[in-house]
Amino acid sequence: MLEAADLHCERGGRVLFERLSFRLEAGEFLRVSGANGSGKTSLLRVLCGLLTPSRGCVRWKGEPVAALREEYARQLVYLGHAPAVKGDLTAEENLSIACTLAGVAASRDAVKSALARFALPHDVPVRRLSQGQRRRAALARLALSGAVPLWLLDEPFAALDTEGIERLGALLSGHAEKGGAIVFTTHQDPGIAATRTLELA
Amino acid sequence: MLAAARCVVYRDLLLALRRRGDVAVALLFFVIVASLFPLGIGAEPNLLRSIAPGVIWVAALLSSMLSLGRLFAADYDDGTLEQMLLGAAPLGVVAAAKAFAHWLVAGLPLVAIAPLIALQYDLGAGLWGILALSLLVGTPVLSLLGAVGAALTLGLRGGGVLLSLLVLPLYVPVLIMGAGAVEMAAAGLGGGGQLLVLGAMLVLAAAFAPWAIAAALRISLE
Repeated sequence: MLEAADLHCERGGRVLFERLSFRLEAGEFLRVSGANGSGKTSLLRVLCGLLTPSRGCVRWKGEPVAALREEYARQLVYLGHAPAVKGDLTAEENLSIACTLAGVAASRDAVKSALARFALPHDVPVRRLSQGQRRRAALARLALSGAVPLWLLDEPFAALDTEGIERLGALLSGHAEKGGAIVFTTHQDPGIAATRTLELA
Repeated sequence: MLAAARCVVYRDLLLALRRRGDVAVALLFFVIVASLFPLGIGAEPNLLRSIAPGVIWVAALLSSMLSLGRLFAADYDDGTLEQMLLGAAPLGVVAAAKAFAHWLVAGLPLVAIAPLIALQYDLGAGLWGILALSLLVGTPVLSLLGAVGAALTLGLRGGGVLLSLLVLPLYVPVLIMGAGAVEMAAAGLGGGGQLLVLGAMLVLAAAFAPWAIAAALRISLE
């Protein structure tokens, strides 16, 4: 499905990674690990098309993603380092707006049950929630994105409690079983069996 | 595509509603700046009448620029802008929707309040209409051009000052035509010509600015 061919990435005159190539098939889990500043986030941003690699290219089902743009964007969920939720909106508003923008159909009930699954209050402005709850509000989108094949998650386990980690783990393995592909970064061992790992030095 | 545009407008209006203070500040700024001139210059009706269009338009321009800095910066900081770049709709459509929402919040109230300001300058009742009309056609151009500048200066140090330097020169033609329409109408020549030029600027800006905003956002987020 996803193919990275000979990726080079330079940020601020420093080479983060070079000659990086891999293929990711349906049902595969790729865990990207490495020390802080080793380029994990940059790799994910390259994979989702936000960042242009200095050399090499990313292909989705054989087509370069730079040419596909919105068509590729509809096939992926990217959850970055920032939680991407608005503090002045409630978790419910945040989630339904995020789904509409991503082109994912989500009814009110589906949104509410996704929030319930992550044990989130739906009518409180997100800025009154804790850091971990904010993270959950962002991750709740995954519960509605089962039909989106590719998930790119940047440190999804950060700031989550053990129960949250379990829930997210179940969600991820469920998605992989249904034929989705997942790339996630982490610098600690989440206790989830990734089918492949990629170590960035 | 339309669903996404509607969603962005709805979202930005909702956010403006939750932060009413920010909207009120820009509007108050407009009222105060436009009211300072009659106080400073004195009550000479002919002088006031002749400077009114220019002063009101300059105040509108500055007030519209005041809220530009926040247009993309907040979304950039919390990561929602990234999600818009990865949205299902073309980025140009989202950019147009954001500029439209900015106009609804920062431009449209000026149009509504301008006749009241005109009262201080003893503008004739017939000129209120022209003034409001010129603002109605001109302020969306300000929002569109300003959004290009805001997208270009996103994430830069001292971006606020740079934004003014970048955007104000682009506002000059709008200012000349907007104030000119009212002046022409005051001189009894009818401001139709200037209004049509303003309309043409609006059409051009609406057609091209969204794509320029989209390109600038992609560069800024790299």
